[in-house]
Amino acid sequence: MAHGPAKGIKRWLFTTNHKDIGTLYLWFSFAMFLVGGLFAMIIRAELFQPGMQLVTPEFFNQMTTMHGLVMVFGAIMPAFVGLANWMIPLMIGAPDMALPRMNNLSFWILPFAFLILVATLFMEGGGPNFGWTFYAPLSTTYAPDSVNYFIFAIHLMGASSIMGAINIIATVLNMRAPGMTLMKMPLFVWTWLITAFLLLAVMPVLAGAVTMMLMDINFGTSFFDAAGGGDPVLFQHIFWFFGHPEVYIIILPAFGVISAIIPTFSRKPLFGYSSMVYATAAIAFLSFIVWAHHMFTVGMPLAGELYFMYATMLIAVPTGVKVFNWITTMFRGAISFETPMLFAIAFVILFTIGGFTGLMLAIAPSDIQYHDSYFVVAHFHYVMVAGAVFSGTAAVYYWLPKWCGRMYNETMGKLHFWIAFIGFNIAFFPQHFLGLAGMPRRYADYALQFADWNMVSSIGAFIYGAAQILFLYNVIATIVAGKPVKEAKVWEGAEGLEWTVPTPAPYHTFATPPAVK
Amino acid sequence: MASESNYYYVPESSKLPIFTALGMGLCAYGAGSWVQGHSPMVFLIGAVILAAVLWAWFGAVIRENLAGLYNERVERSFVWGMSWFIFSEVMFFAVFFGALFYVRTIALPELGSPLETELLWKGFEPSWPLHVTPEMAVAGEAAKFKGPREIIDPWHIPLINTIILLSSSVTVHFAHTALKNANRRMFIGWLAVTVLLGAIFLGFQIYEYGEAYRHLGLTLNAGIYGTTFFMLTGFHGAHVTIGTFMLLVQLVRAIKGHFSADNCFGFEASSWYWHFVDVVWVGLFIFVYVLGS
Repeated sequence: MAHGPAKGIKRWLFTTNHKDIGTLYLWFSFAMFLVGGLFAMIIRAELFQPGMQLVTPEFFNQMTTMHGLVMVFGAIMPAFVGLANWMIPLMIGAPDMALPRMNNLSFWILPFAFLILVATLFMEGGGPNFGWTFYAPLSTTYAPDSVNYFIFAIHLMGASSIMGAINIIATVLNMRAPGMTLMKMPLFVWTWLITAFLLLAVMPVLAGAVTMMLMDINFGTSFFDAAGGGDPVLFQHIFWFFGHPEVYIIILPAFGVISAIIPTFSRKPLFGYSSMVYATAAIAFLSFIVWAHHMFTVGMPLAGELYFMYATMLIAVPTGVKVFNWITTMFRGAISFETPMLFAIAFVILFTIGGFTGLMLAIAPSDIQYHDSYFVVAHFHYVMVAGAVFSGTAAVYYWLPKWCGRMYNETMGKLHFWIAFIGFNIAFFPQHFLGLAGMPRRYADYALQFADWNMVSSIGAFIYGAAQILFLYNVIATIVAGKPVKEAKVWEGAEGLEWTVPTPAPYHTFATPPAVK
Repeated sequence: MASESNYYYVPESSKLPIFTALGMGLCAYGAGSWVQGHSPMVFLIGAVILAAVLWAWFGAVIRENLAGLYNERVERSFVWGMSWFIFSEVMFFAVFFGALFYVRTIALPELGSPLETELLWKGFEPSWPLHVTPEMAVAGEAAKFKGPREIIDPWHIPLINTIILLSSSVTVHFAHTALKNANRRMFIGWLAVTVLLGAIFLGFQIYEYGEAYRHLGLTLNAGIYGTTFFMLTGFHGAHVTIGTFMLLVQLVRAIKGHFSADNCFGFEASSWYWHFVDVVWVGLFIFVYVLGS
């Protein structure tokens, strides 16, 4: 296994190296982030003023749908799989991922899947226009013809995720260095182990949902058609049985990243390590039994509403444990505020805001007011963007010097952070007000009283979008011409095996496992 | 401490994965256009590429195994991989079982509630099997979804198939025991019997489907009963087909002498898969056939 990287494009097409594949995932994810971001910019540009200016309502619907799908499945999930590929073998002292060829396969499925998905926009009748949650019968009886391509694209993404998850589980359970017991693993590894389990449990459920759609649309079954004895609400149950664990699939690895960064820049070990592990497991368990809180207005029995309300609120307990531990880690630490730490602290604050609005939405009687309003949009962008995306950004700044042996420009990093932080809040905080005032989500036009905050929100979105160009520039500038770093331990407060290998990390690491005390 | 070369086998860079992805991508795109009534050509090209690459891939894995590149730790990765793959398959079936339970316990009683029957589906009465769909209750013979006239009697072919499949789980276990005792002839014999039982099961299943379509009015379009019946048994049948094929490959490998008592992961993984389809069938027999009639 002394083989080095192949030359040219072949290195990337045929690689079995976890670092190469991690890099591929991360660049693909960023490309999709820009594509999904472009869709978001179109949405915010149209909503800049009331009335229809730029696009047709039909195209607007395709934009909201594709924005959601591309961001969830194309940008955020692959970003964390990329981080897992790069970091898990380094963190547990493994020579590579457990199943290296399947690793390459699970990446290369994604470009095909998203090629098909994005191509639907150019097909007759347009792309998917039924929202990223694709509720039946909008996505079956009333769907554009391209829905079939959407269905098979989802199947591809699911196959990729399942293979990726299997690989991560096998790696973590089988490839740890001697002495690296489960309770000595870095939290990023723990959160990914649990995330991989969630993926294996729910991606097949999503596959089942789209398969039922496919059969209903083309082969005359009646899963979601009451005329044949089925039920459209069945779709919502199945979708959210996938969909709720899915949001933890997105956020748990983000928790892991934050749990690595905060101790480093606080120069203190993570507070309450084992409670972090148990909290992660508890969140994962609870995520399976709360799905119908997305469906409070669908007409459930009162007992159902009460159960799903209280079960959902229960998630605040382990999540609170996590936030408490992050803050207590910082308490009396020797904190310095490098870019990764800024993003991590912003994560803790903004994610907590998103968590609190989540609690508000969990209250069944008030959810009936908030349901499908911009309040919901604001809520999940606080957890998806300020949560997952900020965490992913923090991770890139944090590990980039280890990856490429060069330090990013700290001034530019901080500038990126402040523009992103301010732009994000200008974009999404007013959406709480819009939602509470009654503006529904997924509408191309709105009543005049919503005009002011929509304009503010659009301006914030443009600022946040522009910040990403700065990010891209900073990363490329670092890789090409950043100040070289020689120390194995790039950050003085950092702990863990990944900081014991040389910088930049050699193509192959830990061919023989290190001994862990 | 393990030496560098044999701690863990990390394969060289490989053309196999990306061509697998190409095959899958073409299959997905081709299937999307095929179901819309276009030619299946793209799908077929994808399927051929996929089959060829998988042939090459499994061939490479078998060669590497025979060359002794896989140590115990590598095999443990395969064990975890196959186990969690089967777990994901369990979840795939769970969603279809879930749909069946949801329809029977929640959707149908709701459709038959006074409010629905007053406003939407006059005269609809929920029952299982659902011979008269809500649409039929209103539109009669003009309905698109017509429930089945009759359903499959669980105590004939399904019972026989249950016995066949349960026996095949036992025979594959006998094969395993024979392999562990280094009894090559018994190993090959019991494995061949298992493959044969799988094929017989599929034959009966095809016959049953023929009966359902020709004589019982039980089709994929026969309302929610037909939907759940065919989707559950159909996906199970597809998995039995895959499982039989897997065991057939292992049989060929067994005859070629690829397996020994301590190097037989390919066979063991196939047998786990076989036990899994067997357990799913027991669920089907109980919840679809027996409790569904």
